[in-house]
Amino acid sequence: MDYMLTEEQIMIRDLARQVAEEKIVPVRAELDEQNKFPTDIMKAMGQADLMGLFIPEEYGGLGKKVLELCIAVEEISKACVGVSTSYAANALGTYPLLLYGTDEQKKKYLPDIATGKRLVAFGLTEANAGSDASGIQTTAKLDGNEYVLNGTKQWITNGIEAEIYTIVALTNRSKGPRGASAFVVEKGTPGFTFGKKENKMGIRASSTTELIFSDCRIPKENLIAKEGMGFIIAMKTLDSSRIGVGAQGVGVAQGAIDESIRFAKGRIQFGQPVTSFQAVQHILADMQTQTEAARALVYSVARAMDSGAKDFSRASAMAKLFATDTAMKVTTDAVQVMGGSGYMKEYPVEKMMRDAKILQIYEGTNQIQRNVIALDMIREVSRQK
Amino acid sequence: MNIIVMIKQVPDTSEVRISRETNTLIRDGVPSIINPYDMYAIEEAIRLREQHGGTVTAVTMGPPQATDALKHAVSMGVDNVVLLSDRAFAGADTWATSYALAKGIQKIGPFDLVIAGKQAIDGDTAQVGPETADMLGIPFVAYIRKIEKVEPGMMVVERLMDEGYDVVETTLPALITVVKEINQPRLPSLKGKMKAKNISVTTLTAVDLTADENKLGLKGSPTQVVKIFPPTPRGDREMLSGTIGEQLDTVAKKLKKQAII
Ligand SMILES: Cc1cc2nc3c(=O)[nH]c(=O)nc-3n(C[C@H](O)[C@H](O)[C@H](O)COP(=O)(O)OP(=O)(O)OC[C@H]3O[C@@H](n4cnc5c(N)ncnc54)[C@H](O)[C@@H]3O)c2cc1C
Ligand SMILES: Cc1cc2nc3c(=O)[nH]c(=O)nc-3n(C[C@H](O)[C@H](O)[C@H](O)COP(=O)(O)OP(=O)(O)OC[C@H]3O[C@@H](n4cnc5c(N)ncnc54)[C@H](O)[C@@H]3O)c2cc1C
Repeated sequence: MDYMLTEEQIMIRDLARQVAEEKIVPVRAELDEQNKFPTDIMKAMGQADLMGLFIPEEYGGLGKKVLELCIAVEEISKACVGVSTSYAANALGTYPLLLYGTDEQKKKYLPDIATGKRLVAFGLTEANAGSDASGIQTTAKLDGNEYVLNGTKQWITNGIEAEIYTIVALTNRSKGPRGASAFVVEKGTPGFTFGKKENKMGIRASSTTELIFSDCRIPKENLIAKEGMGFIIAMKTLDSSRIGVGAQGVGVAQGAIDESIRFAKGRIQFGQPVTSFQAVQHILADMQTQTEAARALVYSVARAMDSGAKDFSRASAMAKLFATDTAMKVTTDAVQVMGGSGYMKEYPVEKMMRDAKILQIYEGTNQIQRNVIALDMIREVSRQK
Repeated sequence: MNIIVMIKQVPDTSEVRISRETNTLIRDGVPSIINPYDMYAIEEAIRLREQHGGTVTAVTMGPPQATDALKHAVSMGVDNVVLLSDRAFAGADTWATSYALAKGIQKIGPFDLVIAGKQAIDGDTAQVGPETADMLGIPFVAYIRKIEKVEPGMMVVERLMDEGYDVVETTLPALITVVKEINQPRLPSLKGKMKAKNISVTTLTAVDLTADENKLGLKGSPTQVVKIFPPTPRGDREMLSGTIGEQLDTVAKKLKKQAII
C-alpha cells in the first residue's frame, strides 16, 4: 500500500532498511544466542543520524516527528526487535527531557543523545509497581542543594548500557501519586549501581537491568519540571512513545511474513510448493491483511500526533494494542507456515515469535491498553449525556 | 588537512561481460556502484578529516551518470565533489584517465593527500593511482592497510605485502592507494543524504582543465587490447620455515626429488 510518504520519509526508511540489512540481519542470531548488546549497531545508527531523528535541530537532531521515528523503528524491527527495543527505549528515556526539560537541561543532554554518544534509559517500573506505577517506593529527599535517591528500579531497558537515566521517584510519600517527581541521573554518580541482568525469553539483544540507588546524591537542578509532576511526566512520556511499540509490532510482523512466504514458495510437499495449498494461502493472506491494517492504524495515529492532536491516549493505545496483538499472531503463523523449519534456529521466525511477545507486555500491557480505551469510550458517552 | 579522494563508478558485479567486437566492457543494464576499494578511500579520508580537520573532495572522471557516485560520497560525509566529464575523455585507458585526473586534481587546488582504492573491480589494473601520482610529481605508496601517523608535511603508513607489511614514511603531499584491511566504510547519514540531494556537482570539461587534447581519451591512450583471457592460476606454493640453512636444504631436496637438479 502507498502511504504517500514524503521524499524525506522514504529516505529515512531506506537508510533504516540499509542499517537493518547490512548491520543487523547478519548478526541478529548471534546477539540473540549470546544475550549480547548491539554496541556497534547503536554506534552505526548514531553515525547515520538515526539516534537524533526525533530531537530538535537546535539540539543537534534532525527535528523529525513521530511518523519518521515510527518508520525507522518499523524497519529496524523487521530485522530484530531486540535492537529496536534498545533504539526505542532511547527515545522513551529522552521524552521526559524533550517534553518537560528546561532549555539548560536540553542543551546539556540532547546533543550527546542525538549523535548516539550517550544512550538513555527510562526508569519507572519496580518490583511492586508494574501496571500500577503508583506503587513505586523509590524516594528522593531534598537535602540542601541535592536530592538523595533510595530504592531499586526493575527491568530497565538499556540499564547498564545507558549513561543518562530519567527516573521517577517519590518526593513526598504522603501525597501518593501527586508526590512523585522525575529526575535525570548520570551514570557514575556515587550510590548508583546496577543489579541483576535479566535472562529473557526474547529481545535478548536488549539489556534489561536493575538500577539500585542507595543514598545517591544528585544536584537539585536534575529535577525535571517541578516536584509532584513525576506521574504526569511518566504518563505523557508513555503516551508519546507507545505508538513506537505499535511500529515495532508492524515491523516484526512484516519481517516474519517476508521470511515465511519466501520459504514456503520454495518448500515442495506433495509435489508442489506449499504456497499452492489454499490452506497456506489463506494464512498468508490473513497475515498480510492484519499487518497492513496495523500499519495503517499506526501511521494514521502518528500523523494525527504530528498534526498537533491534543488527546491521543485512546488512539495510541489502540495502535499499540492492535499492532502488537497482530505481531504475536502473525509471527506464530509464520512459524506454522514454515512447518518444522520455522521452529528451528536456522531460520529467524522462531526468534521473531519469541521477540513479539514482549510487545504485548511492556509500555503498558495490552490489558491496560484496553482499560484505557474502554474508559475513554465510557467517558465520552458520559459527556454526551 | 585537505584530502582528495579519487573514485570510480563501476558496474555492480565482478562478472562483467565483454563485447567481442570492441573488447570493452558492456555496461548497459548493470546497476552502478562506487568501486568497493574506493569506499575504503572515502572512509579513510573522512576519518582523517575528523581527526585533523580540513576538507574532503571526491573527484571522478566519467559520464554524467557518475554524479550518482559523487552524491553517494556526499551522503557518507565528503564535503565537495568534482566531476570530470567531456566527450573528449571517452575511450581513455589508464594512462589517459590518469592524465585527466591529475589535471583535475591540480585544478581543485592545494592538497595534502590524495587517496584512491588499490584498484577498480571492473578493470583490475591498479595503474591509475601510481600513474596519477607520477603525473602530479608526488610520492606514491600502494596497498596501505593503516595510517599510523600524520604530521605537517609527513606521514607514516603500513603497506600490506604478501607476507607481513612494510612501514613507510613519506613526505606530503602524497598519493596512496588503500586495501580493504584499512577500515570499515560507514553507511550514509541522513544529513549527508539530504545534502547530497541538493548539492550541485561541479563539472569540469577538457577546456576547464586546460588539457592537451592529444593526451585525452582514445587519442591519448597507448593501450591496445589485443585479447582478454583469464590468467592461468598460480601453481601450488609452499612456505618454508626454519633457518636459512634448513630452508636451503629443503629446497635442494625438493628439486632433487623432482629430478630438476
Ligand atoms: C523486557 C522488559 C523491558 C522493560 N523495560 C522497561 C523500562 O525500560 N522502563 C520501565 O520503567 N519499565 C520497563 N519494563 C516494565 C514493563 O513496563 C512492565 O513489565 C509492564 O508495565 C507490566 O508490569 P508487570 O510486568 O509488573 O505486570 P503486572 O502489572 O504484574 O501484570 C500482570 C498481569 O496482570 C494484568 N493486569 C495488571 N493490572 C491490571 C488491571 N488493572 N486490569 C487488567 N489487567 C491487569 C496485566 O495485564 C498482566 O497480564 C520492562 C519490562 C520488560 C519485561
Ligand atoms: C522439534 C521437532 C521434532 C520432530 N520429531 C520427529 C520425529 O521424532 N520423527 C519424525 O519422523 N519426524 C519428526 N519431526 C518432523 C515433523 O513431524 C514435521 O516437521 C511435520 O510433519 C511437518 O512437516 P514439515 O516440517 O516438513 O512441514 P511442511 O510439510 O513443509 O509444511 C509447511 C506448511 O505447509 C502446510 N502444508 C503442507 N502440506 C499441506 C497440504 N497438503 N495442505 C495444506 N497445508 C499443507 C503445513 O501445514 C505447514 O504449515 C519433528 C519436527 C520437529 C520440529
